[in-house]
Amino acid sequence: MTLSEAKQEIVVTVNGEPHRLVEGGTAHDLLVAIGLDGRPVAVEVNEVVVPRASLPECVLRQDDQLEIVTLVGGG
Amino acid sequence: MADAVMDGAAIDGGETPLRVGGFTLTSRLVVGTGKYASYAEMARCLEASGTDCVTVAVRRERLLNAAGENILDHLDVSRYTLLPNTAGCFSATDAVRVARLGRELLRDLGNAGSEWVKLEVLGDQKTLLPDPVGTLEATEQLVADGFTVLVYTSDDPIIARRLKDLGAASVMPAGSPIGSGQGILNANSLSICLEYLKDGDPEYPVIVDAGVGTASDVAAAMELGVDGVLLNTAIAHAAAPLRMARAMRAACAAGRDAFLAGRIPRKRYAMASSPETDRIHSASAPTV
Repeated sequence: MTLSEAKQEIVVTVNGEPHRLVEGGTAHDLLVAIGLDGRPVAVEVNEVVVPRASLPECVLRQDDQLEIVTLVGGG
Repeated sequence: MADAVMDGAAIDGGETPLRVGGFTLTSRLVVGTGKYASYAEMARCLEASGTDCVTVAVRRERLLNAAGENILDHLDVSRYTLLPNTAGCFSATDAVRVARLGRELLRDLGNAGSEWVKLEVLGDQKTLLPDPVGTLEATEQLVADGFTVLVYTSDDPIIARRLKDLGAASVMPAGSPIGSGQGILNANSLSICLEYLKDGDPEYPVIVDAGVGTASDVAAAMELGVDGVLLNTAIAHAAAPLRMARAMRAACAAGRDAFLAGRIPRKRYAMASSPETDRIHSASAPTV
């Protein structure tokens, strides 16, 4: 990887797995990229919930820790 | 009057709806959505149980299978109030995070359940018994954060009272360990929980959460005077879940009615049901 390419990409952790995205990308961009836009999910960045309406303004940074969760059956 | 007792409202568990914080439930059964063989079976069982409140869990979205089935495809969120839980959390910190994620998910759905949470802070994987210290901490934080907190706890009356004092909208003692099917193991402790929690506050809702194995367990809990029962495995893992869902509904209504009717005291000796006077008897028969 060249230096110029390195500037353009960051790595964040999504549900425990590394994920690359373009520098300046938002949490909403990430949801689109992994096919979850419009799905019933909630997003937490570095242990703080980001409301759906704020996802397009939530710019991600290198090493951000994301959790993307949904509802499942439970008691 | 007889007709009123027999109508559907009475069958659903009583004369008044169950109120928890700002929520009103017509059924006194809260039913879990986990461990069914299929979502279709889950939906049929929820219907048969008569519940209007179902619990759900919050878990990581499986990123590789995002197009797969979601429970929300099978749950009518306009019909049921969802009660998100913090199951699987072993610290107050994680439970608070999960509660906030659940709130965000339910707000997005427009479901009233976004403002409440079934709090579980577990202490041990083997028993799934609550960690009382973590449970107290998380209750305090979630109440401060504006949640209506329904809190899973043991049947310890002292912890139950502490949780109420911290602002829990409902204290939910376990009848026996989660999923164990052992029913109400300590009716005495549960009765003391009820006495303490309802002292000067008879409407305070106490819900038995966990341990139900079969319908008589639900009836027994309701007969003690609890306001509702939360169960999941007893229906989902019954040999015939739909039939068990129906049994649970009837048992809940029967137990509630029996509690309100007021049981007779237990006595050591018999008391005849038929008149003891004007009996015929032979002259040769012994006099008793």
